[in-house]
Amino acid sequence: MFKDRIGKQSNKVKNVVERGAVKKFAEAIGDLDPIYFDEETGENSRYKANLAPPTFPRTFDYGDIEGLNLPNKGLIHGEQTFHYERPLRVGEEVFCFAKVKNYFEKKGNFGEMGFLVIENYGEDVSGALIFSSTSTVVISEAVRKVLVK
Amino acid sequence: MSTLAQLQVGESVKEIQLEPVSRMDLIKYSGASGDFNPIHTIDVEAQKAGLPGIIAHGMWTMGNLAKLFTAYYEEGFIQDYSIRFKGMVFLNDVITLKATLKEKEDQNLRFAVAAVNQQGKEVLKGEVLYRQY
Repeated sequence: MFKDRIGKQSNKVKNVVERGAVKKFAEAIGDLDPIYFDEETGENSRYKANLAPPTFPRTFDYGDIEGLNLPNKGLIHGEQTFHYERPLRVGEEVFCFAKVKNYFEKKGNFGEMGFLVIENYGEDVSGALIFSSTSTVVISEAVRKVLVK
Repeated sequence: MSTLAQLQVGESVKEIQLEPVSRMDLIKYSGASGDFNPIHTIDVEAQKAGLPGIIAHGMWTMGNLAKLFTAYYEEGFIQDYSIRFKGMVFLNDVITLKATLKEKEDQNLRFAVAAVNQQGKEVLKGEVLYRQY
Protein backbone atom coordinates (compact mmCIF):
# COMPACT_ATOMS: atom_id res chain seq x y z
CA MET A 1 0.00 0.00 0.00
CA PHE A 2 2.99 2.34 0.39
CA LYS A 3 4.72 1.07 -2.75
CA ASP A 4 3.79 4.13 -4.78
CA ARG A 5 5.40 6.29 -2.12
CA ILE A 6 8.91 4.88 -2.67
CA GLY A 7 11.30 7.69 -3.56
CA LYS A 8 9.02 10.43 -2.26
CA GLN A 9 10.62 12.91 0.10
CA SER A 10 9.72 15.75 2.42
CA ASN A 11 10.78 19.37 2.16
CA LYS A 12 13.76 20.35 4.31
CA VAL A 13 12.97 21.61 7.79
CA LYS A 14 15.39 23.74 9.80
CA ASN A 15 16.07 22.28 13.25
CA VAL A 16 18.34 23.62 15.96
CA VAL A 17 20.26 21.34 18.30
CA GLU A 18 18.90 22.97 21.44
CA ARG A 19 20.98 22.90 24.59
CA GLY A 20 18.05 22.16 26.90
CA ALA A 21 16.67 19.45 24.63
CA VAL A 22 20.05 17.71 24.50
CA LYS A 23 20.37 17.77 28.27
CA LYS A 24 16.88 16.33 28.74
CA PHE A 25 17.56 13.67 26.16
CA ALA A 26 20.92 12.72 27.71
CA GLU A 27 19.21 12.43 31.10
CA ALA A 28 16.42 10.30 29.64
CA ILE A 29 18.90 7.75 28.32
CA GLY A 30 21.04 7.97 31.45
CA ASP A 31 24.06 9.23 29.53
CA LEU A 32 25.33 11.89 31.89
CA ASP A 33 28.73 12.64 30.42
CA PRO A 34 29.44 16.39 30.78
CA ILE A 35 30.36 16.58 27.06
CA TYR A 36 26.60 16.78 26.47
CA PHE A 37 25.77 19.69 28.75
CA ASP A 38 28.73 21.26 30.58
CA GLU A 39 29.88 24.29 28.58
CA GLU A 40 33.44 24.26 29.89
CA THR A 41 33.86 20.56 29.05
CA GLY A 42 32.61 21.33 25.55
CA GLU A 43 34.97 24.28 25.08
CA ASN A 44 37.96 22.27 26.28
CA SER A 45 37.18 19.36 23.98
CA ARG A 46 38.53 18.93 20.44
CA TYR A 47 35.08 20.00 19.20
CA LYS A 48 35.11 23.35 21.07
CA ALA A 49 31.42 22.68 21.70
CA ASN A 50 29.05 20.33 23.48
CA LEU A 51 27.86 17.32 21.52
CA ALA A 52 24.49 15.61 21.14
CA PRO A 53 24.09 11.85 21.78
CA PRO A 54 24.16 9.69 18.62
CA THR A 55 20.46 8.84 18.79
CA PHE A 56 19.41 12.47 19.39
CA PRO A 57 18.35 13.02 15.72
CA ARG A 58 15.28 11.00 16.66
CA THR A 59 13.88 14.23 18.09
CA PHE A 60 14.14 16.30 14.89
CA ASP A 61 11.32 17.38 12.63
CA TYR A 62 11.90 15.86 9.18
CA GLY A 63 8.81 17.33 7.54
CA ASP A 64 5.87 15.49 6.03
CA ILE A 65 6.02 13.15 3.08
CA GLU A 66 2.96 13.68 0.92
CA GLY A 67 0.54 10.78 1.13
CA LEU A 68 2.37 9.08 3.97
CA ASN A 69 0.20 9.26 7.05
CA LEU A 70 1.44 6.87 9.68
CA PRO A 71 -0.53 6.32 12.86
CA ASN A 72 0.99 6.90 16.26
CA LYS A 73 -0.08 3.41 17.33
CA GLY A 74 0.27 -0.11 16.01
CA LEU A 75 3.70 0.19 14.42
CA ILE A 76 6.63 -1.99 15.38
CA HIS A 77 10.14 -0.60 15.19
CA GLY A 78 12.18 -3.37 13.59
CA GLU A 79 15.55 -1.89 12.80
CA GLN A 80 17.38 1.41 13.14
CA THR A 81 20.67 2.72 11.82
CA PHE A 82 22.61 5.97 12.15
CA HIS A 83 25.51 7.12 10.03
CA TYR A 84 27.62 10.13 10.97
CA GLU A 85 30.13 12.17 9.00
CA ARG A 86 31.00 13.88 12.29
CA PRO A 87 29.38 14.27 15.71
CA LEU A 88 26.41 16.60 16.04
CA ARG A 89 27.13 19.82 17.99
CA VAL A 90 24.91 21.66 20.43
CA GLY A 91 23.71 24.96 19.03
CA GLU A 92 24.08 24.18 15.35
CA GLU A 93 21.36 24.35 12.73
CA VAL A 94 20.49 21.13 10.97
CA PHE A 95 18.37 20.93 7.83
CA CYS A 96 16.39 17.71 7.96
CA PHE A 97 14.30 15.76 5.49
CA ALA A 98 12.95 12.25 5.09
CA LYS A 99 12.60 9.91 2.15
CA VAL A 100 10.70 6.67 1.61
CA LYS A 101 13.50 4.26 0.78
CA ASN A 102 11.55 1.05 0.38
CA TYR A 103 8.32 -0.75 1.08
CA PHE A 104 7.64 -4.46 0.78
CA GLU A 105 5.34 -7.07 2.27
CA LYS A 106 6.06 -10.58 3.41
CA LYS A 107 4.29 -13.36 5.24
CA GLY A 108 5.07 -13.55 8.94
CA ASN A 109 3.68 -15.01 12.13
CA PHE A 110 0.95 -12.38 12.23
CA GLY A 111 -0.17 -12.52 8.61
CA GLU A 112 1.11 -10.38 5.79
CA MET A 113 3.47 -7.83 7.34
CA GLY A 114 4.42 -4.57 5.67
CA PHE A 115 7.98 -3.25 5.98
CA LEU A 116 8.44 0.45 5.48
CA VAL A 117 11.99 1.81 5.30
CA ILE A 118 12.32 5.55 5.89
CA GLU A 119 15.62 7.34 5.48
CA ASN A 120 16.24 10.56 7.39
CA TYR A 121 18.94 13.09 6.59
CA GLY A 122 20.53 16.00 8.44
CA GLU A 123 22.62 18.56 6.57
CA ASP A 124 24.50 21.67 7.63
CA VAL A 125 23.83 25.18 6.30
CA SER A 126 26.02 24.54 3.24
CA GLY A 127 24.12 21.35 2.38
CA ALA A 128 26.86 18.97 3.54
CA LEU A 129 25.63 15.78 5.16
CA ILE A 130 26.09 15.53 8.93
CA PHE A 131 24.16 12.32 9.48
CA SER A 132 21.67 9.97 7.91
CA SER A 133 19.53 7.33 9.57
CA THR A 134 17.17 4.59 8.49
CA SER A 135 14.16 3.26 10.36
CA THR A 136 12.48 0.03 9.40
CA VAL A 137 8.91 0.03 10.61
CA VAL A 138 6.80 -3.11 10.58
CA ILE A 139 3.09 -2.61 9.94
CA SER A 140 0.72 -5.48 10.65
CA GLU A 141 -2.18 -6.43 8.40
CA ALA A 142 -4.67 -5.29 11.05
CA VAL A 143 -3.17 -1.81 11.21
CA ARG A 144 -2.98 -1.53 7.41
CA LYS A 145 -6.68 -2.26 7.14
CA VAL A 146 -7.45 0.65 9.42
CA LEU A 147 -5.16 2.92 7.40
CA VAL A 148 -6.95 2.18 4.16
CA LYS A 149 -10.31 3.28 5.51
CA MET B 1 39.82 5.40 32.04
CA SER B 2 41.53 3.29 29.42
CA THR B 3 41.23 4.10 25.75
CA LEU B 4 39.42 2.21 23.00
CA ALA B 5 42.70 2.10 21.06
CA GLN B 6 44.17 -0.20 23.72
CA LEU B 7 41.48 -2.83 23.21
CA GLN B 8 42.43 -6.05 21.47
CA VAL B 9 40.10 -7.92 19.16
CA GLY B 10 37.87 -10.14 21.29
CA GLU B 11 38.01 -7.82 24.29
CA SER B 12 35.02 -5.87 25.56
CA VAL B 13 34.48 -2.40 26.94
CA LYS B 14 33.30 -2.37 30.55
CA GLU B 15 29.67 -3.44 30.50
CA ILE B 16 26.94 -1.41 32.18
CA GLN B 17 24.00 -2.85 34.07
CA LEU B 18 21.02 -0.49 34.17
CA GLU B 19 18.68 0.00 37.10
CA PRO B 20 15.41 -1.96 36.70
CA VAL B 21 13.27 -0.26 34.04
CA SER B 22 10.73 2.07 35.67
CA ARG B 23 7.65 3.78 34.33
CA MET B 24 9.31 7.12 35.06
CA ASP B 25 12.23 6.17 32.78
CA LEU B 26 9.78 5.71 29.92
CA ILE B 27 7.74 8.82 30.72
CA LYS B 28 10.96 10.83 30.67
CA TYR B 29 12.04 9.29 27.38
CA SER B 30 8.63 9.96 25.85
CA GLY B 31 8.97 13.63 26.76
CA ALA B 32 12.61 13.97 25.72
CA SER B 33 12.16 12.16 22.39
CA GLY B 34 8.63 13.26 21.49
CA ASP B 35 7.59 9.62 21.00
CA PHE B 36 4.28 9.50 22.85
CA ASN B 37 3.07 6.11 21.65
CA PRO B 38 0.98 5.17 24.72
CA ILE B 39 2.08 1.51 24.77
CA HIS B 40 5.23 2.82 26.47
CA THR B 41 3.51 4.56 29.34
CA ILE B 42 -0.15 3.63 29.76
CA ASP B 43 -1.09 0.08 30.89
CA VAL B 44 -4.53 0.02 29.29
CA GLU B 45 -3.13 1.06 25.92
CA ALA B 46 -0.45 -1.62 26.10
CA GLN B 47 -3.12 -4.23 26.89
CA LYS B 48 -5.27 -3.04 24.01
CA ALA B 49 -2.27 -3.62 21.76
CA GLY B 50 -2.10 -7.22 23.01
CA LEU B 51 0.87 -6.71 25.31
CA PRO B 52 1.08 -7.98 28.91
CA GLY B 53 2.16 -4.51 30.02
CA ILE B 54 3.95 -1.37 28.91
CA ILE B 55 7.21 -1.85 27.04
CA ALA B 56 10.25 0.38 26.69
CA HIS B 57 10.78 2.32 23.49
CA GLY B 58 13.30 0.45 21.35
CA MET B 59 15.05 3.78 20.96
CA TRP B 60 15.34 4.16 24.74
CA THR B 61 17.41 0.99 24.87
CA MET B 62 19.36 1.94 21.73
CA GLY B 63 20.07 5.35 23.26
CA ASN B 64 21.28 3.76 26.47
CA LEU B 65 23.54 1.31 24.64
CA ALA B 66 25.48 4.09 22.91
CA LYS B 67 26.72 5.40 26.25
CA LEU B 68 29.30 2.62 26.37
CA PHE B 69 31.25 4.82 23.93
CA THR B 70 30.53 8.35 25.19
CA ALA B 71 33.59 8.82 27.40
CA TYR B 72 35.98 8.29 24.46
CA TYR B 73 34.89 11.42 22.56
CA GLU B 74 38.47 12.74 22.28
CA GLU B 75 39.53 9.56 20.48
CA GLY B 76 36.90 9.35 17.80
CA PHE B 77 33.17 9.06 17.20
CA ILE B 78 30.45 6.59 16.34
CA GLN B 79 30.39 6.63 12.56
CA ASP B 80 27.82 3.89 12.08
CA TYR B 81 25.39 2.45 14.58
CA SER B 82 22.95 -0.20 13.43
CA ILE B 83 20.50 -2.13 15.56
CA ARG B 84 17.90 -4.81 15.20
CA PHE B 85 15.19 -4.83 17.87
CA LYS B 86 14.84 -8.46 18.84
CA GLY B 87 12.77 -8.56 21.99
CA MET B 88 10.59 -6.42 24.19
CA VAL B 89 11.77 -4.71 27.37
CA PHE B 90 9.21 -4.70 30.17
CA LEU B 91 8.93 -2.83 33.48
CA ASN B 92 11.47 -4.00 36.07
CA ASP B 93 13.63 -5.75 33.50
CA VAL B 94 17.32 -5.43 34.24
CA ILE B 95 19.22 -4.62 31.08
CA THR B 96 22.95 -5.08 30.60
CA LEU B 97 24.77 -3.20 27.84
CA LYS B 98 27.68 -4.88 26.06
CA ALA B 99 30.21 -4.12 23.34
CA THR B 100 32.95 -6.43 22.08
CA LEU B 101 35.66 -5.46 19.62
CA LYS B 102 35.36 -7.67 16.53
CA GLU B 103 37.73 -6.06 14.06
CA LYS B 104 40.41 -3.40 13.88
CA GLU B 105 41.22 -1.89 10.53
CA ASP B 106 43.23 1.33 10.26
CA GLN B 107 41.17 3.94 12.10
CA ASN B 108 38.04 1.81 12.27
CA LEU B 109 36.98 -0.27 15.24
CA ARG B 110 34.09 -2.62 14.61
CA PHE B 111 32.13 -3.62 17.72
CA ALA B 112 29.36 -6.14 18.19
CA VAL B 113 26.90 -4.51 20.60
CA ALA B 114 23.93 -5.90 22.48
CA ALA B 115 21.46 -5.21 25.27
CA VAL B 116 20.65 -8.33 27.27
CA ASN B 117 17.87 -8.83 29.82
CA GLN B 118 18.00 -10.63 33.18
CA GLN B 119 17.17 -13.94 31.48
CA GLY B 120 20.20 -13.57 29.25
CA LYS B 121 18.07 -12.88 26.19
CA GLU B 122 19.30 -10.31 23.67
CA VAL B 123 16.60 -7.67 23.33
CA LEU B 124 18.61 -5.57 20.95
CA LYS B 125 21.62 -6.43 18.86
CA GLY B 126 23.80 -4.73 16.31
CA GLU B 127 27.06 -3.09 15.43
CA VAL B 128 29.01 0.06 16.09
CA LEU B 129 31.70 1.26 13.72
CA TYR B 130 33.88 3.57 15.73
CA ARG B 131 36.05 5.96 13.74
CA GLN B 132 39.27 7.01 15.46
CA TYR B 133 40.88 10.38 14.71
